[in-house]
Formats: sequence, structure tokens, C-alpha cells
Amino acid sequence: MDFRFSEEEEVFRQEVRQWLKEVVPPRWYDIDAGLWEETEESWALLREFQRKLGQKGWLAPAYPREYGGSDMSHVKRLILAEELYYHQAPVGVEMEISINWVGGAISLFGTEQQKKKYLTEVAKGESCFCLGYSEPNSGSDLASIQTRAVEDGDSWVINGQKIWCSYAHYANYCWLGARTDPNVPKHKGISMFVINMKIPGITVRPLINILNRHSFNEVFFDDVRVPKDALIGEKNRGWYQLAMALDFERSLIGTAAANQRLIEELIQYVKEAKNSGNSLGDDPLIKDELAELVVENDVLRMMCYRIAWMYSKGLHPSYESSMSLLFSSELLRHTANVGMRVLGHYGELAQDSKDTVFKGRAMRTYLGCISIGVGGGTNEIQRNIVAMRGLGLPRQQ
Amino acid sequence: MDFGLSEEQEMLKTSARDFLQKECPKKLVKQLDESDEGYSPELWRKMAELGWMGLPFPEKYGGGGGSFLDLVVLLETMGYNIVPGPFFSTVVLGGMVILAGGSEEQKKRLLSEVASGKLILGLALTEPDAKYEAASIKTTAALRDGKYIINGTKLFVLDANVADYLLCVAKTKSTSKPENGLTIFLVNSKAPGIKCTLLETLARDKQCEVVFENVAVPKENILGGLNRGWQIIQDILQKAIVAKCAEMVGGAQAALDMAVAYAKERVQFNRPIGSFQAIQHYCANMVSDVDGSRFVTYKAAWKVSEGLSATIDVAVAKAWTGAAYSRVTLLAHQIFGAVGFTMDHDLHLYYRRAKAGEIIFGDGAFQRTIVARELGL
Ligand SMILES: Cc1cc2nc3c(=O)[nH]c(=O)nc-3n(C[C@H](O)[C@H](O)[C@H](O)COP(=O)(O)OP(=O)(O)OC[C@H]3O[C@@H](n4cnc5c(N)ncnc54)[C@H](O)[C@@H]3O)c2cc1C
Ligand SMILES: Cc1cc2nc3c(=O)[nH]c(=O)nc-3n(C[C@H](O)[C@H](O)[C@H](O)COP(=O)(O)OP(=O)(O)OC[C@H]3O[C@@H](n4cnc5c(N)ncnc54)[C@H](O)[C@@H]3O)c2cc1C
Repeated sequence: MDFRFSEEEEVFRQEVRQWLKEVVPPRWYDIDAGLWEETEESWALLREFQRKLGQKGWLAPAYPREYGGSDMSHVKRLILAEELYYHQAPVGVEMEISINWVGGAISLFGTEQQKKKYLTEVAKGESCFCLGYSEPNSGSDLASIQTRAVEDGDSWVINGQKIWCSYAHYANYCWLGARTDPNVPKHKGISMFVINMKIPGITVRPLINILNRHSFNEVFFDDVRVPKDALIGEKNRGWYQLAMALDFERSLIGTAAANQRLIEELIQYVKEAKNSGNSLGDDPLIKDELAELVVENDVLRMMCYRIAWMYSKGLHPSYESSMSLLFSSELLRHTANVGMRVLGHYGELAQDSKDTVFKGRAMRTYLGCISIGVGGGTNEIQRNIVAMRGLGLPRQQ
Repeated sequence: MDFGLSEEQEMLKTSARDFLQKECPKKLVKQLDESDEGYSPELWRKMAELGWMGLPFPEKYGGGGGSFLDLVVLLETMGYNIVPGPFFSTVVLGGMVILAGGSEEQKKRLLSEVASGKLILGLALTEPDAKYEAASIKTTAALRDGKYIINGTKLFVLDANVADYLLCVAKTKSTSKPENGLTIFLVNSKAPGIKCTLLETLARDKQCEVVFENVAVPKENILGGLNRGWQIIQDILQKAIVAKCAEMVGGAQAALDMAVAYAKERVQFNRPIGSFQAIQHYCANMVSDVDGSRFVTYKAAWKVSEGLSATIDVAVAKAWTGAAYSRVTLLAHQIFGAVGFTMDHDLHLYYRRAKAGEIIFGDGAFQRTIVARELGL
């Protein structure tokens, strides 16, 4: 047992920290766009920053060097993620999608040519993906998707509708799940494709999220024609590839670090309120609730570290990732609610409101936290995974 | 970073588990819980032969020279199986206090006797206000004719009923800072003036009320110096809390394992109840509590073992693990239905201990006040 980082790892942490200070533009912090709150301006800053990350080989640190990564050790990647999220650098879900989810799947199932192209593009921050999984009638039951891909000569023709596609209005590619055989059990007729978003037949329509921002979309495919090599992996094996890709590095360490920051800022706020004569910091209930958040965040951090450690040992986490995802979603919701309670009426004030405090983060987190625990597999689905895959409980009927 | 156990620790864990499964079946646990002594001299002797009692003490005092982490691994296994008896009081509380505060002579004599299983110890710390604070200690020790005379009432003293010696924390100086006026005395439990009454408790652990009435103790029996007791108690409590957490992690794992096994085999509505989503989700919550507790406990244990400052980590571990153990055993009960509501069943042994573990050394609310204080709130 040893919970220390090596000297080399600590040096690396300092290096990242210093680099962030130099590279993240102050404007980014002024905008303070959180999860699902991207604006055109913040998106541009985000992409620019990620290109710089890419140049250092830090955007996709796990990838081999030949694909733009840096073969980084698991523990260093953990440190990098911790620093990026703790310092609220311009990274978020869009990076996880392109690098881990899609890139992870392509690196497992793509041809050499596909890997070279897509992995290198995302690792350099030149391209990014949106996910075309959900459909109006297929949410948690992802295997029931109806969007069709039909072979026609030397191309595939795609028809159907996807929904909730985050960042589809910015993305270069869509990582699409489509039905390629309607006459077999649902899991056995799905294939995965990379679709260039800028080709004819694709329509992207905004959906406005609960934060009153445009982060996700409906995407329509009308006779969209793509070349044969848009298919990734084996035809009709898409479901199984998807399941593996979903597992790929859901390490989530960023969540613990981001959450830690949020909690620290809340604590700071309470302390400052106390210094300015407000009695907030004397309230034993508030102290208790803040301490409780710290306790829970420590538990989350250890869960995340454990996953990194497992990878570094060559072990493959499965239920462990679902478990920490679940834990982090509940913790974020808890944090949001404590934040609202601590701030009281001030917590209700929006980012741009007169008299606002804490950049309106309490109410923004209160709204945004709903999505964690829904998107990317709901908490119920995660619990199913933990119970059946982790504990070997019998299949539900 | 390494979350794993060393090879030796894995071996310790396996051999301890095998030993306890054989030598400490639940039938014996229940017998002991119901008895007044609460321990089996035979099992105690065998544990001593295995070197458990001396595990964390240096070899020169007759110990096994293990680390605090080794002890934590052993305690996790003991918590998994449940081992009634004064191990915790003797080794973790008493032995550690002696190791921290004893003179060379005291350590040589007492620790070697602890290690060989000859000596049972109890820590007489808490008083009727049931808090773990210096200001709570009202028991006094006054110097008279070259001896200290102890007067006061200690409450919730574990294993005082079978202890050979009690380590009694008493006030030796009245100051505005109570932590600077406390001293630890080694008191023969058979000394005149001591009255020990066994309490009847939830976990059927052997907690006692110990009344000291003009109990005379020679000066040489001071441990760790006059008015220097509290710092030692603080240090030992920190270790004891982590040790208790380890025991609780083991217990929670056992309750989870029992519940999962039962959920796989119990059939209702023509299918195993483990195929019902409600049961599955309970199990998912339980494993998260068990794993989460284990790793915050290990981290705190590692920090303590390395001598790093661990105040906040220890408080975090206790706050989380205590509550988690209670939650896990409650859900396990839910899964067992009526059969868990019987004395015949084993689960209540864990459910009872979970709450006792949550309370001892300060519950979650208390630990969070420490966390808050450490955060400068
Ligand atoms: C902010 C955000 C961003 C998203 N981004 C994308 C994206 O980029 N691409 C994409 O494809 N999708 C995206 N999604 C969609 C997301 O994947 C789905 O919301 C999710 O899979 C759940 O599907 P659903 O919303 O249709 O809910 P449903 O599946 O209809 O679920 C409704 C409720 O029923 C429960 N339920 C369903 N099945 C079970 C079961 N077997 N057992 C127990 N309970 C069950 C669910 O847990 C939930 O509580 C996003 C969602 C959000 C909120
Ligand atoms: C104090 C006490 C007094 C009692 N007195 C009487 C009495 O006087 N007369 C009498 O006849 N009985 C009595 N009972 C028995 C009581 O009715 C049963 O305990 C109860 O019906 C549950 O059955 P079980 O204990 O066999 O648990 P099980 O039915 O085996 O259930 C085990 C677990 O599986 C869950 N489970 C079972 N089926 C499902 C499902 N479909 N979906 C989700 N979860 C499920 C349960 O909720 C439970 O968590 C008593 C029980 C107690 C505790």
C-alpha cells in the first residue's frame, strides 16, 4: 500500500500547473462556461486550448506517439486530468467523447488507416466527434435503435434520426450507431460508423437545454451516402464494440477534481462571509454539510485513484467505473444542493444578475447536475451493471 | 501509488481468514456474546501463538515487528469473521498506549506479556458524558503519601470485566487547558476501591462502568509522564479509529457477501430475488459503500503508518466508514427478510456491531466537526 506520488510524478504535476497558468486565456475564466453552457466564444477558446494540449501530446496522453499521444503512464494521466479539471481548464465532456469513447473504440476496432486518420486528428485537437447513439425511442435501451445503414454499391446509405447529440453543431464527425440487419435479435444487427458531419443529407437542429443553452441537437439523416470505409470494425458487431468502448477509461478522475474545486470555493465563500460579519460560518449545520461534502469527495477520489491503479496493474475495471460514475453523480447533486442551501437567496441569482455571488455557480450547478446520472447511461443502468457484472447477480427478467 | 497489499499482508489475511473460519465459528461468537466474559481463553491463546497480540510491537518487546498496516489488515479480517474478545482493548488501545508512553522497563515487561497473551488490558477513558474530549475527564488523581489516589467514574470501558490492568486517564492538574492536566495511570484492575459493572449493550460487547473510589496507585505506574497523558491518548485514538474502521470494512464486506449469496439462492416468484432490480440496486449501493470505505480507510491507515499528518484523513475515514457499515448491514437485513430478524441468523451480529462501531470514538457528526475545524471553518 502506498498513496504517494513519485517525485517524478510530482514534478510532472508542477509542470502541468505552470503550463496551465501560461496557456489558459483569462477570458476563459471571465466567461466561466460550465458543463453544457458552452457559447460560440467559449467553444472557440476551448478548441484553441485543446489544440495546444494536442501539440504537447497531452490531449490524448494515452494514445501511442505515432497517433499524436504520448504513451503516458496511467498515474501521470490521472495527474494531468486532476490538474486540468481542478484548474477549470477548457476541457470537458467533448474531450472525453472524442478521445476516450470514440478514440477508444477506434483504437480497438479500427483498421490501421482509420486509426492513423481519426486518432491523430482528435489527438491533435483538429477534429472532434459527436455521439449518435440515442434516438427518440431508444434511450437506455440503446440496442433498440432504428436508424438504418444499407449497403449500396461501394457506399452505405443512412436514414434515421438521432437525438440529444451534444456538440453536433460543432463536431466534424458523428460516431454513429445504426442498424445494419433488421432481421436478427436487436443486439446482433448494429454497426458503428464515422460520418463526416459536413456532407449532404445531414440536418442538425438545436435543442435548448435546461440551462437555456444550445449544447445538444437532433440530427436527421436523409439518404446520407458515405463510403464503405466509414464502417468501423465488423459489420453487425457494433453493439459489442460499443459495450467495450463504453468501458474504455471512464476514469472520471476529473469529476473528483472539479468537484473538489467547487467545494473549496464554497468553503472559501463561507469563510469570507464570516470575515465580513455574516454569521454563515458559525452555523454548525452548514459546517457539517460542508464537511460532509469533503468526506464524500475524498471517497470519490479514492475510487477514481483505484481505477487508475487497476489500469496501471493491467487489470480491467468494469463495475468499478460504473460505481464511481454513480458516486460522482450523487455527489455533484449533493454539492449543488448544499451550495444552494449555504447561499440561500443569493444562490438563486444567475450569473449575470445584479448582486450575484459566486458567479451564479450554485444555481447553475443545481440545474446542470441533473444531467450527470442521466447522460452516458442513467444511474439505474449503472446500478444494473454493478449488480449483474460486478456482483454476478442473476439477469433481470 | 499502490492500492494493493504486500505479499506478506495477503498471506496474513488468508491465514487469518482460514484460522478464524475454523476456530471462531458463528456458534462460538454467539456463545461469547451471551457470556459475561465475552472471550474464549482457548481462542485467545491460539491467537497469541499465531503472534497476533504482538503483531504491531517491536521484536525487542516480544512483538512481531509488524507495521500498523499489518495490524489493519488483520483487523479487517477479524471484522469480517467477528472475533469477540478483548483484542482491540488489549492490543490497539492498551498496547499502543504503552508503546507510545511507557518507559523502557514498562514496555519490556508489559508488551511481552501482551504479546504472549498473558495480559489483558482496558482503556478507562470515557466518562458519563460519553465524549472523547479532554474537558470530559472529571476523574481525579491526587498525590498523597507518595501515591496517587484515583476517584471518579469511567463509563463505556471495553473489556474492563476481564482486564488485568486498566489504563486510567485522570486529571492531575486543574488548568484552563484541560489537555495539559491529564495523566495515564496503569492500575491493577483488582486493586481495592475499584468496582466494575458489566453493562448490557446493543453489540453485546463487554462495556463496563468502572468506579474508582480512593484507588491508590504507585507513582511508577504513570505512563508517559505527569500531565502528559492527553497527547498520547490523542495519538492512540487516531490509530484506534483507523483500526476500528478496518474492522468495520471487514464487517461490511461480510454483510455484503452474505446478502449477495442469499440473493442468488433465495427464490420467490419462481426466480432468485437477486434478479429483482430493487435487490440489485441495494447490492450496488452496498458494494459502493464497502469499496469506498475500504479505500479511505487504507489511505488513512497508510498515512498514520508513515507518520504523516492524518487528522483530516482519519476523521474522513471514520465519518464515512461508520455510517457506511450501518447502511450496508441495514440493506442486508432488508434482503434477508424475516429470517434475518432472528437470533439464529448471523446478520444481526454485524448489524449490532455496525452501530457500536459508528458510535465509538465519535460518530460521523463528531468527525465532521474535526474535518470542518481542519478546513478552517
Ligand atoms: C446533457 C445530455 C447530453 C447527452 N448527450 C448525448 C449525446 O451526445 N449523444 C447521445 O446519443 N445521447 C446523448 N444523451 C442522451 C443520453 O444518452 C440518454 O438520455 C440516456 O441514455 C437515457 O435515455 P433517455 O433519456 O431516453 O431515458 P430513458 O431510457 O427513457 O429512461 C427514463 C428513466 O427510466 C429509467 N430506465 C430505463 N431503462 C431502465 C431499466 N432497464 N432499469 C431501470 N430503469 C430504467 C432510466 O434510468 C430513467 O430514469 C445526452 C443526455 C443528456 C442529458
Ligand atoms: C416481526 C415479524 C413478524 C411476522 N409475523 C408473521 C405472522 O404472524 N404470520 C405470517 O404468516 N408471517 C409473518 N411474518 C413473515 C412476513 O410476512 C414475511 O417476512 C414477509 O412476507 C417477507 O417474506 P420473507 O421474509 O420470506 O422474505 P422474502 O420474500 O424472501 O424476501 C426477501 C427479500 O426479497 C425481496 N423481494 C421478494 N420478492 C420481491 C419482488 N417481487 N420484487 C422486489 N423484491 C422482492 C423482499 O422485499 C426482501 O427484501 C413476520 C415477519 C416478521 C419480521
